Amino acid sequence: MSILIDRSTRLICQGFTGKQATFHSEQCLAYGTQLVGGVTPGKGGTTHLGLPVYDTVRQAVSGTGATASMIYVPPPFAADAILEAADAGITLIVCITEGIPVLQMMKVKNALRGYPDVRLIGPNCPGVITPGECKIGIMPGFIHMPGSVGIVSRSGTLTYEAVFQTTRAGLGQSTCVGIGGDPIKGLDFIDVLALFQADEQTRGIILVGEIGGSAEEEAAEYIRAHVTKPVVGYIAGLTAPPGKRMGHAGAIITGGKGTGQGKVAALQAAGIAVVDSPSAMGRRMSELLA
Amino acid sequence: MNLHEYQSKALFADYGIDVPRGQVAFSAEQACAAAMALGGDRWVLKAQSHTGGRGKAGGVRVVEGLDSVAAVASELLGMRLVTHQTGPAGLPVSGVLVEEVRPIARELYLSALVDRASARILFIASEQGGMDIEAVAAEQPEAILTCSVDPVVGLQAYQTRDLAFAMKLQGAQVAALGRIMQGLYRLLLDKDLSQVEVNPLIVNEAGQLLALDAKINIDDNALYAHPDLVELRDLSQEDATEAAAREHGLSYVTLDGEIGCMVNGAGLAMATMDMVRLHGGMPANFLDVGGGTTAAKVAEAFKLILADDKVKAVLVNIFGGIVRCDLIAEGVITAVKEVHVAVPVIVRLEGTNAEAGRTMLAESGLAIIAAADLDEAASKAVEAARA
Repeated sequence: MSILIDRSTRLICQGFTGKQATFHSEQCLAYGTQLVGGVTPGKGGTTHLGLPVYDTVRQAVSGTGATASMIYVPPPFAADAILEAADAGITLIVCITEGIPVLQMMKVKNALRGYPDVRLIGPNCPGVITPGECKIGIMPGFIHMPGSVGIVSRSGTLTYEAVFQTTRAGLGQSTCVGIGGDPIKGLDFIDVLALFQADEQTRGIILVGEIGGSAEEEAAEYIRAHVTKPVVGYIAGLTAPPGKRMGHAGAIITGGKGTGQGKVAALQAAGIAVVDSPSAMGRRMSELLA
Repeated sequence: MNLHEYQSKALFADYGIDVPRGQVAFSAEQACAAAMALGGDRWVLKAQSHTGGRGKAGGVRVVEGLDSVAAVASELLGMRLVTHQTGPAGLPVSGVLVEEVRPIARELYLSALVDRASARILFIASEQGGMDIEAVAAEQPEAILTCSVDPVVGLQAYQTRDLAFAMKLQGAQVAALGRIMQGLYRLLLDKDLSQVEVNPLIVNEAGQLLALDAKINIDDNALYAHPDLVELRDLSQEDATEAAAREHGLSYVTLDGEIGCMVNGAGLAMATMDMVRLHGGMPANFLDVGGGTTAAKVAEAFKLILADDKVKAVLVNIFGGIVRCDLIAEGVITAVKEVHVAVPVIVRLEGTNAEAGRTMLAESGLAIIAAADLDEAASKAVEAARA
């Protein structure tokens, strides 16, 4: 088993005919993902990449039976796209778009409480992949390998580091979830940790966090109380100065909160193996699973 | 993006939040004219600069007599304000806000921000205004009041009364605080602010509530919807390199060290800075060239990094996913040749076509030091910067 997605997941793409969406949809198809169609308002009835294009998500769902959607629409329209997907019965929404205003995400987050079956990943994230079965997002498929480590991360390229190392170590991955770098987002660490804990294929978990917010501290508390599998943690931004935003909208130390040191201490106190170099994530996981 | 105090106060006035009478001046003459227009013989002159702690740094002065207004205004306009937030270089003063001086009975604190954990708007208030609120929060957490607003129904009157009575406001002041909070709430939503702060919110001798200071941070992601706010941008308050980086779609933050860092991805860029520190060096910058970077962006990034003459070595750390490492290697080689890079360049390439990329760097004949992993790259960069 894996979490969230597998070879039977039927996926559509919102903003399907755009340049980025086209490129990454091709990559997903090449990986074997069951991408079954897409949505671009005004282009319904045409085909793109050999797949049907619909005007609305509701039409796409009824035409294809899709349950998952990946979103590449530009920032001003992305919040609307998420809500359209939820309202049309999509239960897994993966929003790749970077740069959505935080107040729009605040409204989306509150509105999604009315759709308890919907899971949102992102925005501003690389997506989710179950190696060898289904890839939804922009991650390079070939570095992955089916296996036993669950990876959850706020950062794209650091996820790839963890993937690459666990592949090299022969461990492979059950599922990798990039939850994204925005302050208000869909699934957070604890949601994904709960799924990994319940998943038989997942033997160990790598958690990649960064400065800003309190999600890592909450994850530490959750792990202490609920997770019995070995967890390796890494926190980026230990040396970042307060008040400076480090690329991600969520990566900023404000009001003395969200420091890397505080997060490392919380993870360690919960018994998590925290590594101080990102190069050590795979090695440490191998030791714990040996 | 940040606004100046005078710009923030103009927005406050638009939203029915009372502020002291005042006028911004960009020269000593304008300051005198502003003082005359306000009347009286005492004024406060406030340096307009994007930093807190202006008072302690000598940027806020109470002045008597028009001659003094001219002298102090010239002095403020010519200074660079160095506070605990600016770093040793300080920030220029873009203008002087001339305001009436009124006796102050009480100093309160009030702010509103987007709370990420609850996905709601959070008001923070305290009777201990006028001071560094973070210090108050650390030393007297019980002095900090909060109020969380459900965005579906908006700010409720009872919530404003709760805070008003908790801060011991009386009579008409209770309703006045309600109007101020409703104004701040609407302002925050209308203008996509990530934070708005009033410190201090004063009660004057007549018992009226006035916003004596005003600080506004705007969500950069929302600027596309607010061309009126973009026009208020003051580039003199921003780091020139950071502004240039933004033009090229690069995310750059200037730091104080000697090792320039070029990395794809914000998380990996932070991790690279951390590794440089772990190996005893200091990063000169944070630079994210983007998850799907190109050879052209690599060249631009080199120019930005080398514009800082403190840089003694450049560390390039790229995890090639969708982007191929051989293309990045080509970008590095072109940039090192064209930009005339005179400092050692340490390159760690991993991921797609990494082998090909490394071979190209090795055979380029340029002084590029290859590294197998991030640890080795950081340690070689620190070593090279010292040599």
